[in-house]
Amino acid sequence: MSFINYSSKEINCKIVYYGPGLCGKTANLQFIYNKTGEDQKGKLISLATETERTLFFDFLPLALGDIKGFKVRFHLYTVPGQVFYAASRKLILKGCDGIVFVADSQIERAEANVESLDDLKINLEEHGFDMNVIPMTIQYNKRDLPNIMPVSEMEPMVNPRKVPAFEAIAPKGTGVFETLKDVARQVIFELKKNY
Amino acid sequence: MVTSDLVMYEEEFKRIDDELQNLRAQANASVVFLVDKNGQLIASAGDTQDVDTTSLASLTAGNIAATGGIAKLLGEEEFTILFHEGAKDNINISLVGSRVILAVIFDSRSSIGLVRLRVKKATETLARIFDEIAGKAQSERTAGKGEESPFSEISDDDIDSLFR
Repeated sequence: MSFINYSSKEINCKIVYYGPGLCGKTANLQFIYNKTGEDQKGKLISLATETERTLFFDFLPLALGDIKGFKVRFHLYTVPGQVFYAASRKLILKGCDGIVFVADSQIERAEANVESLDDLKINLEEHGFDMNVIPMTIQYNKRDLPNIMPVSEMEPMVNPRKVPAFEAIAPKGTGVFETLKDVARQVIFELKKNY
Repeated sequence: MVTSDLVMYEEEFKRIDDELQNLRAQANASVVFLVDKNGQLIASAGDTQDVDTTSLASLTAGNIAATGGIAKLLGEEEFTILFHEGAKDNINISLVGSRVILAVIFDSRSSIGLVRLRVKKATETLARIFDEIAGKAQSERTAGKGEESPFSEISDDDIDSLFR
């Protein structure tokens, strides 16, 4: 959950990128890291295997600016997408303020998207969150690949809640900041409701 | 939705800061820091200018989370202390209450025994402060939004300005 420090005038929020293995969660963070000014970011930490698959999580702290005199920091995390890292995935969701669900647009990954979304729902519930309420943004990634599903077909599968959704090509940056901005907006407006 | 955000006010922050400074001095440690279990750095004391405390906070919380996962698999509630020994620096990580992590980095000028002794004492004080913070946040919430809430007039333009 958010950490609001009236003493140092800071607001810290945690955003988790979730989705099936190889859907491009880490690619999102890498693009954000590369395109953010030195003074706005910390280190991008990747706890990955030798083959660059996420083992535990990636972490990127961002300090994009001020709102009403409060420094707003977003801590971006990814989860390991591979099915057998289920236990680690659950841990990373602890205390999250918003979710970006990255769906892989390739036809052959349709089932993996649905499985990952079910997994997200269960894990959120275990932390006391309701997937129908928590700030959430969907990203349809890999739109540049040849074998992809139309968004109109993906939507009923991965976005039954009809949250804001963006088409993306993460390594090129298409849709990456749009996605982040949308989830950030939802997270901050959720805080506004509570404080 | 669960609303257990951590809200910190000037007064409590000062007390926590004092307690950490104290602990650092008494334990002869190089760095002491407090982290929310979600990975947010709360406060730190000591030679932090060369240390990436944000990353340290996130990894420490990840470490505690992973260890907590192992504990549950073994039928333990939680492992409350972690200790990593290096060639030069060591780190002692322990839990304060149920949601805060206290980490102490020290070298050969201190010892694990001294650190544990001081940490135990500081933990009691810190736990009391965090209980008070939780109580205060709760009463502010029931009393309605605080006047100085930074969120009361937030608009889409404010969000846009972050992404310019």
